[in-house]
Amino acid sequence: MSLGLLSLIVLGLAVLGFLAGRQRALRLAQGDARRLHSLPSYYGWQVFLFTAVPALALMLGWAFLQPMLVDARVASHLTLAEGASLELMMNDVRRVAEGLTLLPAPSSDLATLKTQLSDAGVALGAELRPDVLTAAREYHSESASLRMILSGLVILVALAGLGLSLARINPEQRARNLVEHFVLVLLIGCALVAVATTFGIIASLVTESWHFFQLYPARDFLFSTEWNPKFGGGSSLGLWPLVWGTLYVSLISLAVAAPLGLLAAIYLSEYAGPKTRATVKPLLEILAGIPSIVYGLFALITVGPLLRDYFAMPMGWGDSSSSVMTAGLVMGIMLIPYVSSLSDDIINAVPQAMRDGSYGLGATQSETIKRVVLPAALPGIVGAVLLAASRAIGETMIVVMGAGAAAKLSLNPFEAMTTVTVKIVSQLTGDTEFASPETLVAFALGLTLFCFTLALNVVALVIVRKYREQYE
Amino acid sequence: MTDATLHSPQPPRSLLVADARTRRRKAAETRFRAYGLIAISLGLAALVFLLTSVLGNGLGAFRQTFVEIPVTLDEATLDKAGTRDPKAMAKVTTVGYGKLIASALEAELAAKGLDTAAVDSKAIMGLMSKEAPADLRNQVLADPSLIGQTITFDAAATSRVDGFFKGRVTLESAARDSNISPEQLQLAQAMADVGLIETKLNLWGFLSAPDASELRPEVAGLGVAILGSAYMMLIVLCLSLPIGVAASIYLEEMAPKNKWTDLIEVNIANLAAVPSIVYGILALALFINFMGLPQSAPVVGGLVLTLMTLPTIIIATRAALKAVPPSIRDAALGVGASKMQSIFHHVLPLAMPGILTGTILGLARALGESAPLLLIGMVAFVKDFPSAPPEGLMEPATALPVQVYQWTQRSDPAFVERASGAIIVLLVFLLIMNAVAIVLRRRFERRW
Repeated sequence: MSLGLLSLIVLGLAVLGFLAGRQRALRLAQGDARRLHSLPSYYGWQVFLFTAVPALALMLGWAFLQPMLVDARVASHLTLAEGASLELMMNDVRRVAEGLTLLPAPSSDLATLKTQLSDAGVALGAELRPDVLTAAREYHSESASLRMILSGLVILVALAGLGLSLARINPEQRARNLVEHFVLVLLIGCALVAVATTFGIIASLVTESWHFFQLYPARDFLFSTEWNPKFGGGSSLGLWPLVWGTLYVSLISLAVAAPLGLLAAIYLSEYAGPKTRATVKPLLEILAGIPSIVYGLFALITVGPLLRDYFAMPMGWGDSSSSVMTAGLVMGIMLIPYVSSLSDDIINAVPQAMRDGSYGLGATQSETIKRVVLPAALPGIVGAVLLAASRAIGETMIVVMGAGAAAKLSLNPFEAMTTVTVKIVSQLTGDTEFASPETLVAFALGLTLFCFTLALNVVALVIVRKYREQYE
Repeated sequence: MTDATLHSPQPPRSLLVADARTRRRKAAETRFRAYGLIAISLGLAALVFLLTSVLGNGLGAFRQTFVEIPVTLDEATLDKAGTRDPKAMAKVTTVGYGKLIASALEAELAAKGLDTAAVDSKAIMGLMSKEAPADLRNQVLADPSLIGQTITFDAAATSRVDGFFKGRVTLESAARDSNISPEQLQLAQAMADVGLIETKLNLWGFLSAPDASELRPEVAGLGVAILGSAYMMLIVLCLSLPIGVAASIYLEEMAPKNKWTDLIEVNIANLAAVPSIVYGILALALFINFMGLPQSAPVVGGLVLTLMTLPTIIIATRAALKAVPPSIRDAALGVGASKMQSIFHHVLPLAMPGILTGTILGLARALGESAPLLLIGMVAFVKDFPSAPPEGLMEPATALPVQVYQWTQRSDPAFVERASGAIIVLLVFLLIMNAVAIVLRRRFERRW
């Protein structure tokens, strides 16, 4: 019996339980729902939950455990050749076992069986070995019998839950409280998904980085200034060229985004009329809604060649169309709304009384903004810029397509340089074998990136929050 | 009279003429205003430049040059037995169909009186995509009744000929190109003059065809990518909406104010700012390495995008729940509803427009996301359509933004045009989603 069919049966039973529970509650109350503690459907739901939840939980747990149990018992049949991996052989075994379930009459001859299998859509890489076949047969029969036991158990549990909860129903029973308690647990579980995500991110980054540092000395990673991965081994994986590239690109992008965003925010909040504001603000925010792949393409086919042909080449600064400048400029455009929206909110939060005081002393509008509003809003603006900086550091597609792939420590902004995110992508795409330091270094880079952006975010959020409280 | 005025006699001043200091201050004021205006116009100019550059590069992808030739589907070559049995007909390979097309084209050229002395027959075939014989074969196998008839077959021209009619390839550049010669282009021009070659709208072909190999950019399309993106959006919608709404209900309505709740809230705020590539690393380590899900499958992409959109949806949903006035809750509680009933029967329906708006915006963001998908192997070359869900969710597919990235990595410049075209498709989808969100907000949002 397949798991899908089994869960359908359980759900069917649960639905029956719902109807029966509702009926029984009403009958016990002589058809008058007012004598019940809860509405009749709550009694139904209660039976539904008692039927479905334990049975499905059992099924899920079993589905996780069964492969491990079977694998352990089957693996003893296999004779491992020199250098062969158990994992790969088990894959073969599983595939053959799957094929055996598909075949109506599996042949006992190895060669015929193999053609039969490949006709059934199970392609085997290597030759079909006798011990693999025995293991597969064993696997097949083991999982079939285990599956039978499971089906029986699950249906039994479901029926038991149904019977017991039906028998427990009486008009005084607080069915609503019970059902609502279950829903509450469900809600808490969903809220914990966010925590689990963070935990998963940290756990995966830290464990894989730990593997990396066992293969490659942490000192070289943290203090070396050379990045030169070789997939044959003997590579140097220094962090600094990548960090430099990342910071350089982010710096240029902030040099574009911070002044433009801030000035735009000032104009929109202090000078613009409501009509201009209502049209210009959403238009600027489109820039934040455009996916970064679009900016990447823009950098690759428009901005890069433009900068190369009109700036870098005539000035003799380089002839690469992907450069720190390209990526930085394009990313700066993307970040304008991040700076402007937040700064706009913050400038609006400065109390009008402060402006009025300044006007009363005879200051012009721009003097008021420069001497009163901006100093008051400064912490918030710094927070906004820091948030934009964290975006810039974590941005991937623009730098992958616009900044280049060469890891070097150079000051020339028209040269191709690379960033942490670019290297994460290049080390992890394509052939991913999780044993070499060249692949695992991506996780250490990811950890670095995560720590960097987390620190920036926390500082920025603290500053922004402190500032908000000041004027509330 | 004070001492100051006595000891420093001021020159007579006029109200009508501003003095130097006032003029300076006024100029500073104007300058400052101008800076703001310049900043805004630079931002908007960048937006316009970005959009025009993408549109300018990409609109060509929706048009395609075709060679239109009448082909007689000869029964003697295509179905020797005459049984119309698809299995027997499948024995005729694309080579057979290629010969058929070649002879039909040469006959047509001779009939129109075009001079083909400068190009040999291989070069004439070189005007058409290498995919053309396979195209014709599929067409015949799908409809065996065509055999024996003469049909007008639209063969896609190669990317160079296509580029020639779109102005990307010139006779000078063809002279340096090993894939096409100026003579071929001159013949193509002559064929276009007599109506054998035509550049026409190829919207459906571009949207539905699967990806094609490095050498055949003219038949590469977005079919698999759009389907893969759709599968992923389905998963994201089915998972992130219920989980996000449940989490927000707990945090906004039920949770006691203590440090655990604070922890969850700080957590969500931070998750929203984690770089997307980090989610890709998580997916690689957790879903693929630890749980053993297949690479490049929409299910993995959907799961990681779900995790990424959850914070957005939670933040939007909490704002929507917060906007429902407490009097609604009080009224429900007052007539005997439990807390749960007041939320699910009254608060949630009232907050629904806001929640849906937030969800659509979250989905739009997820649709454009590419960095995490690169890490879970969605950059693989996928030519076969995944089957219908649920099995199709485990089969290799690709996604719209990743397809764009993949095309930019190929050497043939025709793929750049295709990539920009794909961006246009992506932007159109995003535009539709955002428009729906805005309409939802305008129509259903209530101000209390």
